[in-house]
Amino acid sequence: MLEIANLRFGYGREKTVLEDVSFSVRAGANLGIVGESGSGKTTLLRLLLGLSRPQGGTISFDGETVDAADRGFMRRYRRKVQAVFQDPYSSLDPRQKVRDIIGEPLASLSIPGDHRQMVAAALDEVGLDESAMERLPHQFSGGQRQRIAIARAIVARPKMVLADEAVSALDLSTRIRIVELFKALSESLTLVFVSHDLGVVAALCEEIVILEAGRIVEQGRTSEILRAPAHPYTQRLLASVPRMPA
Amino acid sequence: MTTHLDVRGLTLTTQGRTLVSNLSFAIAPGERVGLIGESGSGKSLTAMAVSGLLPAAIRAQGSITLAGQEVIGAPGRVLDRLRGTEIAIVFQEPLTALDPLMRIGRQIGIPLSRRHRRDGRDLSGRALESEILGLLEKVRLPDPSRILRAHPWEISGGQRQRVAIAMALACRPKLLIADEPTTALDVTTQAEVLKLLDALVKELGMALLFISHDLPVVASIAERVIVLRSGEAVEAGPAGEVLVQPRHPYTQTLVEAARAFDDALSGGR
Repeated sequence: MLEIANLRFGYGREKTVLEDVSFSVRAGANLGIVGESGSGKTTLLRLLLGLSRPQGGTISFDGETVDAADRGFMRRYRRKVQAVFQDPYSSLDPRQKVRDIIGEPLASLSIPGDHRQMVAAALDEVGLDESAMERLPHQFSGGQRQRIAIARAIVARPKMVLADEAVSALDLSTRIRIVELFKALSESLTLVFVSHDLGVVAALCEEIVILEAGRIVEQGRTSEILRAPAHPYTQRLLASVPRMPA
Repeated sequence: MTTHLDVRGLTLTTQGRTLVSNLSFAIAPGERVGLIGESGSGKSLTAMAVSGLLPAAIRAQGSITLAGQEVIGAPGRVLDRLRGTEIAIVFQEPLTALDPLMRIGRQIGIPLSRRHRRDGRDLSGRALESEILGLLEKVRLPDPSRILRAHPWEISGGQRQRVAIAMALACRPKLLIADEPTTALDVTTQAEVLKLLDALVKELGMALLFISHDLPVVASIAERVIVLRSGEAVEAGPAGEVLVQPRHPYTQTLVEAARAFDDALSGGR
C-alpha cells in the first residue's frame, strides 16, 4: 500500500535527518516505527502525511507518488489517510462541539451521506456514548479526548491511519485501553504507529522498523526482533527498558 | 534519629477542593521511597509541600517535619536553610530547571559556594572550579572542562539532567527528591541516569524520594513504595510486595497494565 524508497531529508548541508530510509507497508499491516529523540521518526511521519517533501527518494501510495505539491492527489490522499497525534489537549479545537470535531473530515472532504449517523458510529467504535456529541473537549479526560481524536481519524473510513506517539501523553491505566482500541481498529485498516515506547509497540504492532539517527537499523516481525535483536542499537534499546519485578 | 522526613496527616486544599488527603509517610536516613501516581494524584504537590515550595493558593494542614523542623508554616529563612542541607530536588524537565543564559559551571558554583559559606569557608576561583569539575565527574559527565563552560542548550537532555543532579548534590542534602527525573529522557539515557542515581544515593548515603508514574522505573530504584490516587494513599509497602502482589484494586489495575507491556516485550506478540 505504501512504498518508501531511499528517502532522504535534511536541513542545509550539515544536518541530515533521514538517510536512505526504505520500507513498505502492506495493506492491512500494523507497523510500528520506533526511535528515540533525534531518530527522525517525526520527520518521517510528516513526509508520509505529505506535510513536507523529501529531498531524495520517493513515497508512493497505491502506486501514486505522494507529492505535497500535487493538490489533486493530496485531496484523494487525505480521504484515504488520516492521523492521530500525541497530545489530546492541543489536537482538538476547544470551542468546537465533539460532533463538529469528528464531523470535520466528512465536511471538508464533502463525503456524501448522513454525517450525524457516521459520527455516532465512529463514537460507538471508540467506546464513547452518543451523548458526547453535544459536549466540548474540556468536558472529557485525556483518554476520552484521545478517543475523540481517533473517532475523527476513522470517521471518513480511511484505508490507513498514521499515529504519532498517540498514547505517550496518557496515564498507564488509560494507555493500555487506547492501545487495545488501536489494536481492534487495526483489524480493519492499515496502521502505522510511531513511538519512542518499545513496550507499547511490542503490545500493538506485528511489524517494526527501528530508526536510529535517521537510518533504519533493523526491521522485521516484532516477535522475531524482540526475541533476537540483531543490531547493537536494538539490543541496547531493549536492554534499557526497565522491567517489572518478578 | 530514625526518621529524616515525617509526613503526618498532610492535607492540601485549594478553593474548597482537596488535592491531597490525610497523607502520612516517613523516610529514614538512607532509605529509598517511591511515590507512584498518575496525573492528578497529588504526587508532585506532595514533593512541593515537603520542600516548602507550595504555591500560596494551596493551603496545607497536618505536619511535615524535616530533620525535626516543622516545614508547614515555617518562615522563608528557615526553609532556605532546610533546602540545601536537608533536602534538594531534581525536577522532570532539565531544560527549564536550568538557567538558559548561565554557563553550567556557574549554575553549579552557586549552590556549591553557598554550602561552603554556610560551613564557614569562602570558596572561589580555582578551588571552586576544581570542586565543580569534581561534581561533573561524579555525575559521570564526559569532558567536564568543556561542559563547565557550556550553556544548557549546548548539551544533550541526559547531560542536562546530570547537571541538575550535580546541582542537587552540590548541597550535600540528606534527602534527594527526584520528581519524574527520567520521564523527559530517552529510554537508553533513562537507564544511564537511573544507574547513576542509584550509585550516588548509595555512595553518599542519601535518602531518596523518587516520584514517578512509571512502575518499572520506580521498581528499579525504590525499596518501598506508596501508591497515590486522587490525593489519597491507597497502598504502601515494600516494592517487591506492592508491585508483585498488589492488594488494592487500583494498584492491581496499574500493575496489570505495566505487566501487559512488559510481557509484550518479553514474548513478542
